[in-house]
Amino acid sequence: AMLRASLRQVSAALKEGRVTPTELCQRCLALIKSTKFLNAYITVAEETALKQAKESEERYKRGQPLGILDGIPVAVKDNFNTAGIETTCASNMLKGYISPYNATVVQKLLDQGAVLLGKTNLDEFAMGSGSTDGVFGPVRNPWSYSKQYKEKSVPKSHSEDEDFNWVITGGSSGGSAAAVSSFTCFAALGSDTGGSTRNPAAHCGVVGLKPTYGLISRHGLIPLVNSMDVPGILTRCVDDAAVLLGSLAGHDPKDSTTIQDDFKPFELPNLTDLSKLSIGIPKEYHAPGLSSEILALWSKAADLFKNAGAKVVEVSLPHTRYSIVCYHVLCTAEVASNMARFDGLEYGHRSDKKESTESMYAATRREGFNDVVRGRILSGNYFLLKQNYEKYFVKALKVRRLIANDFVKVFRSGVDILLTPTTLSDAAPYMEFIQEDNRTRSAQDDILTQAANMAGLPAINVPTALSERGLPVGLQFIGRSFQEKQLLTVAKWFEKQVQFPMIQLEEVKRHDSCVLQHQKSASFS
Amino acid sequence: QKVSVEVLGHLEHLALVDFRDSEGVERLRKAIQFADQLHEVNTDGVEPMDSVLEDRCLYLREDDVTEGNCTRELLENAREKVEEYFVAPPGNIPLPKLEEQDAFLQGS
Repeated sequence: AMLRASLRQVSAALKEGRVTPTELCQRCLALIKSTKFLNAYITVAEETALKQAKESEERYKRGQPLGILDGIPVAVKDNFNTAGIETTCASNMLKGYISPYNATVVQKLLDQGAVLLGKTNLDEFAMGSGSTDGVFGPVRNPWSYSKQYKEKSVPKSHSEDEDFNWVITGGSSGGSAAAVSSFTCFAALGSDTGGSTRNPAAHCGVVGLKPTYGLISRHGLIPLVNSMDVPGILTRCVDDAAVLLGSLAGHDPKDSTTIQDDFKPFELPNLTDLSKLSIGIPKEYHAPGLSSEILALWSKAADLFKNAGAKVVEVSLPHTRYSIVCYHVLCTAEVASNMARFDGLEYGHRSDKKESTESMYAATRREGFNDVVRGRILSGNYFLLKQNYEKYFVKALKVRRLIANDFVKVFRSGVDILLTPTTLSDAAPYMEFIQEDNRTRSAQDDILTQAANMAGLPAINVPTALSERGLPVGLQFIGRSFQEKQLLTVAKWFEKQVQFPMIQLEEVKRHDSCVLQHQKSASFS
Repeated sequence: QKVSVEVLGHLEHLALVDFRDSEGVERLRKAIQFADQLHEVNTDGVEPMDSVLEDRCLYLREDDVTEGNCTRELLENAREKVEEYFVAPPGNIPLPKLEEQDAFLQGS
């Protein structure tokens, strides 16, 4: 059993015949079943996964694997189209919708022999920061069931449901993050529009990479905000993220927003000399509400770089606090447009109303969308009204330029990478999280991640340490456009320094007789 | 700052999505209030930014047919169809105004 291994390790094991793709697939499927309470998966494609595993096995037997991803079980967020497999976006609007095609990124994974285990849970149409607002229910953070969290939990006086204390995954790619974090797959695809890959990565203790806008194809990713969406990569370590990036990046004729430059997959070097590296610490990321724990970790991380010889400087991104407001307007406006395709005629839910097209559309959308989605559509339409267009939509586009320029100025001044917290605090208990509405939560939680989407920059969450409550806390690195190699190299160095502890899941132990790798006991905090 | 009933009705017609209740309307009011913070920013002389890739040339494919013949697949997900047509209820029948709408949507 090698479920806790990294993708590269298990790939080597497959090549050497220490484990077969079928065995691996079966173990993952079994683990998915036994961790069903996490609600990370909406659809488990058991039959097709086993078929893919078998085909992979044949290739290994012939000594002709397709590459490093051959036979590797992966999971995909349920807003990516997957041929023959239901794609719901966790919405009633698409329940029962069987995609007729594969999203380009899904096709790429399959072409390289990856085994698609299933579709993961999310907030409805990727709107949200908790993975709590989908029609299939909320996703539970695997760390809720970890020894580390349970040890720090105050025991309840009344006997009960230890489930009461479970914490959220963050979102909206919570299912993917939970799937990777609980060892049911070696990598998962998420999407990132305002932080939707990095936020749950931070809360679930996994690596979450948001690539530069234009690097990875969005063809087949059901769009939220066309000018900001990117497919996100979730893995257990930075090297694995580089592998996935190598398989997915590159121009796609089917997505005209992908750049045409040649992309060369890369391996990450081990950084030894940091003297030429300049790390920027944006002071505005010391946002209101940032927990003192995370502030301390951030500071410690800055010192770590300083002591290793890097130049660490405080920088300013003055328009940071408007990023979330700007996002709110641009996102709702694009959503109003993107959601217009759901009218019940060609696919998805269709209401029974027959009096007129308008009444059928209205009823279909009333029945198919949840409050969050409908709220954003209505707000978006408001901002796009003739009398509001200049005042809100165009204004937001101008503010967007100011935000993007802030980054350009900082990078031009010699800074290579920015170091910031990813989230304001560790994962909240579900019962607490749902006290506030979705928009308020998103506005709070996206504050540190959103600007990177606004500017189209690559950013990555690296799990850093455990909080006092025993839950993961991550830090974020933001890089220059299309400089993923540099970004990941620095992230990898940092990952090695902090030695983030492995989750100790009681359930997982029963299924895993052989742990391939032990994390060192020294930890960052 | 209230949003007039006319605008609310207009939005519902444009969006073909309803506010459903006062909570929905309140949500819009809060959204507008939140967005108003944008006006604190001085954007004199700043051009709107449509895309972060604005400095690059958009890729255009050659106008050649490279795939198709997938009528069956495309029709599979539609609920109502006849031969190779998607079937829609009659058009050009406007929805009633906001005040009458609840009754309309709940009726028949």
